[in-house]
Amino acid sequence: MAEHELEVTVNGRPVTDMVEPRMTLADFLRDRLRLTGTHLGCEHGVCGACTVLADGAAIRSCLVFAVQMRGAAITTVEGLTPDGGGLSDVQEAFRAEHGLQCGFCTPGFVVSVTAFLAEHPDPDTDQIRDALSGNLCRCTGYQGIVRAVQAAVRARQEARVG
Amino acid sequence: MKAAPFEYHAPETLDEALGLLAELGDEAKVLAGGQSLVPVLALRLARFGHLVDLNRIPALRYVRAAGGVTRVGAMTTHATVGDHAEIRSRVPLLAEATPYIGHFQIRNRGTIGGSLSHADPGAEYPAAALALDAGIVLASARGTRTVAAAEFFTGTFTTVAEPDEVLTEVRFTGRPQGCAVLELARRHGDFALAGVACAAEIDSAERIASLRLALFGVASTPVLATAAGQAARGAAAGELDPREVGRAALAGVSCVADLHADAGYRERVAAHLAGQAVRQALQQALQEVRHG
Repeated sequence: MAEHELEVTVNGRPVTDMVEPRMTLADFLRDRLRLTGTHLGCEHGVCGACTVLADGAAIRSCLVFAVQMRGAAITTVEGLTPDGGGLSDVQEAFRAEHGLQCGFCTPGFVVSVTAFLAEHPDPDTDQIRDALSGNLCRCTGYQGIVRAVQAAVRARQEARVG
Repeated sequence: MKAAPFEYHAPETLDEALGLLAELGDEAKVLAGGQSLVPVLALRLARFGHLVDLNRIPALRYVRAAGGVTRVGAMTTHATVGDHAEIRSRVPLLAEATPYIGHFQIRNRGTIGGSLSHADPGAEYPAAALALDAGIVLASARGTRTVAAAEFFTGTFTTVAEPDEVLTEVRFTGRPQGCAVLELARRHGDFALAGVACAAEIDSAERIASLRLALFGVASTPVLATAAGQAARGAAAGELDPREVGRAALAGVSCVADLHADAGYRERVAAHLAGQAVRQALQQALQEVRHG
């Protein structure tokens, strides 16, 4: 099958490569770019572990083919951390509130929550639980994750006031 | 969990897409948002020699309202449909159905045309289209035709669309005074065990002029409860017994049984939801007639 040229921006860096059409964005990120922070759980759109941002919108990277992303700006979990290293505020909140245990699902949660908070700066608990419903966690349980989102919201609000 | 190999086409105009489909025949499959098709390919439930991706055709993404008709381009995403001011005011049933679809990550990518074409019997938009008596526009190199939603769905995952046709637009005429969407799913975002979309019109004497009830998740296609709707015509909107309408809506429907619910349970849930949806839609219609 004919390969296609793919030009895409990933975490601010322009990338050009040749891809087979059936290669998913998730496999492209992991296998070609070695950005293994994007995890693959179910590979059919259920678990949310592979969530990335495409032009700012959270999507399942296992449900798009890399070739479809020509010209798009992709942000993976690696692209959310501050330039000098360390953790983003959402990541920091997950750590502080025991929002992860084994950590497999965490990148998907962090990316989803980052996108959600960008549009909902002051969510209530129902909105938070609704927003988290597209990501599955099989070990930590969701209480800590909900608390982590609430902590991230509070931290941002305090930063704005302060 | 990898799709079988295929040739990929990304036309930039509808004509180009229709040309490709005419040429490739049933070797080709149209790729819209991909939120159902990509899993089908990944699980190898189906394989196609060619995928024709509509995502590069900006002319298929629009919402236009004029003269009482709201036209939604097939590649409009669920996220856009759910948030769009024109849709919220003119086709509120569609906007209300949207949050039930998957999760926000899915709604960012999934499209109304894809949902209707995929024709999952548990999906929300097909039932919404039935309840709203939507017109579904199909284009091919041979020409364009508009099919009523009631004629469109032929079975699980099947519609009247031919392999060379692209669903380009969904048309909604008028605005029902009352509407409601209700569903029961085991978890938020799952396909419904049973669900109902309802659109109601009443006259100035507060009698039911039109009641359209569409059930989803219960059978191999979404089901328009035509007899129940007709039986309700002329009844006083404030006096209709929702339980009776619910029972009537399920009469003659043989509900499917699966891992999640047996047929009897599904029927009871659907009848209850149908009654509640009718009650809500009629209350809304009464409110509108009384207070404008």
